[in-house]
Amino acid sequence: MKEIRWHGRGGQGAKTVSQILAQINLREGKHVQSFPEYGPERSGAPVRAFNRIADEEIRIHSGVYKPSAAVVVDESLLDTENPAEGLKEDGTLIVNTKCSADEIRSRTGFTGTIVVLDANKIADDAGTGFPNIPMLGAVAASLGSELQVVEDEVRETMGGKLSKEILDKNLVALRGGYEAGKGVQVGS
Amino acid sequence: MRKVMTGHKAVAEAMRQIEPNVMAVYPITPQSEIAEYYAEYVHNGKVKTELVPVESEHSAMSACVGAAAAGGRVMTATASQGLALMVEILYIAASMRLPIGMALANRALSGPINIHCDHSDAYLARDCGAIQVFAESAQEAYDYTLLAQRLAERDQVRLPAIVNLDGFTLTHSVQVVEPLDDERAKKFVGEYTPVYPLLDVENPSTWGPFAMPDYYFELKRAQVAAMEAVPEAFLEVQKEYEQATGRAYRGFFEGYRLEDADRVLVVMGSTGGTAKVAVDELRAAGEKVGLLKVWLYRPFPYAAIADALAHVKQVAVLDRAVSFGAYGALYSDVATAFMHRERRPRLANYIYGLGGRDTTPEHLTRVLSEMKDAGPDEGLRYIGLRE
Repeated sequence: MKEIRWHGRGGQGAKTVSQILAQINLREGKHVQSFPEYGPERSGAPVRAFNRIADEEIRIHSGVYKPSAAVVVDESLLDTENPAEGLKEDGTLIVNTKCSADEIRSRTGFTGTIVVLDANKIADDAGTGFPNIPMLGAVAASLGSELQVVEDEVRETMGGKLSKEILDKNLVALRGGYEAGKGVQVGS
Repeated sequence: MRKVMTGHKAVAEAMRQIEPNVMAVYPITPQSEIAEYYAEYVHNGKVKTELVPVESEHSAMSACVGAAAAGGRVMTATASQGLALMVEILYIAASMRLPIGMALANRALSGPINIHCDHSDAYLARDCGAIQVFAESAQEAYDYTLLAQRLAERDQVRLPAIVNLDGFTLTHSVQVVEPLDDERAKKFVGEYTPVYPLLDVENPSTWGPFAMPDYYFELKRAQVAAMEAVPEAFLEVQKEYEQATGRAYRGFFEGYRLEDADRVLVVMGSTGGTAKVAVDELRAAGEKVGLLKVWLYRPFPYAAIADALAHVKQVAVLDRAVSFGAYGALYSDVATAFMHRERRPRLANYIYGLGGRDTTPEHLTRVLSEMKDAGPDEGLRYIGLRE
């Protein structure tokens, strides 16, 4: 079973992409859970969301304490909490940042795999402005999901709510993030 | 078809398929989304239900009583303080034998105020005369919402039925759920035929009259008879569900690796799933441990539970609420089940998970391990508490 922990701020859509990831994994025939941490719900407050992904039925209903991957949607969280806490030693830390992996390593002290991508820039270049979708792309790629499956799910989930133009921009942002996560393997 | 959805959505979908005539509801965390989804179904014309957005839960249950007495199929949903406000009228609903279906998104009672899960709300309504069922997962919450409505509406039963699902843990988490197609679900639940409906003006009837010492007692005895009819009806409805859907829920509780177990946990709700993980871990290490996860909590299946645990050496009963000045309510029931048995396991009572405190597989393996060496046990033990 793989466990993912998302670190974001209220309004950035970490919970949303955690749910989309669960839907992607369901398409792949996996068993899944996705749940946010329920603190005060206000814009800008630190929020966490979690995914569990397994081949067999998931029965556990307690929290996630030793994730296989931690995903930092908002870099400023590195100053206030350590997203590497509890992360498995051979786990993967995926950070939205302009910094290099080495800089993140020295800031977090994490010794496992570090993936960095400038999700803000990818989102800005695509014209969407939200870093969550590129981060979803990077996480899905690092979990070994096929780009086509990821795109199909995003199209289906977001297509109903967005104009074609905005949806296409999101798909560009998604692909940009996916590129950054390719070649990484998140272990269980 | 397998889908991912929250426990809220799973329950709302079952309610949409049941399509009550009236749904009277007041929002409260962590139940609100059930009401919101249902309001959406009404707004979008997916159901013909009369949605009554009342000003409090007391009014919600009052509206449910009125609508059910009028002859409608009626449902509602609430949590915690909302249930507390309903309880006054819930006793009346049960005494009037009104099969009102209710989802209870379990949340700790205040104070201090807290929005997270425990079972203090369910225990508060324990003696009101409603059927109570507990779900382990969003899937079980979906299935039992359908099952409980059918059960509640059976002729010899006709009682309110509460389906408990752990707040946040089940209501807000996205899980894999396989709902039935509408046709199959609707066929299983069937048409509702009320008895003595108030709206049958050709055959007027009296509802909710005054009962003095000369009749009150007999009316309560009649309620006991209705409750006594539940266990058999529960098994029948499970069988009907299995025939209609292929989904096998068999019995008042689920035994997990129980047949040859020496040490067993007894729990209700989502911790049942976490307990399975703990049991599997210890079984892999060769330890004979198991789980009994209660589905039907009221009426309590005393004899069946005593039979199922007859071979067990030690039992830890886990209560997710405190009954101040007493053992936990579930523990007291399990202990009572063994009262007249010659052979009894050693029982211990653990309080866990109050106000949403997380309970992990490690907590539960520790309980199962410490049971092995435990002497005669008196008083309460606690899981995951700082002392």
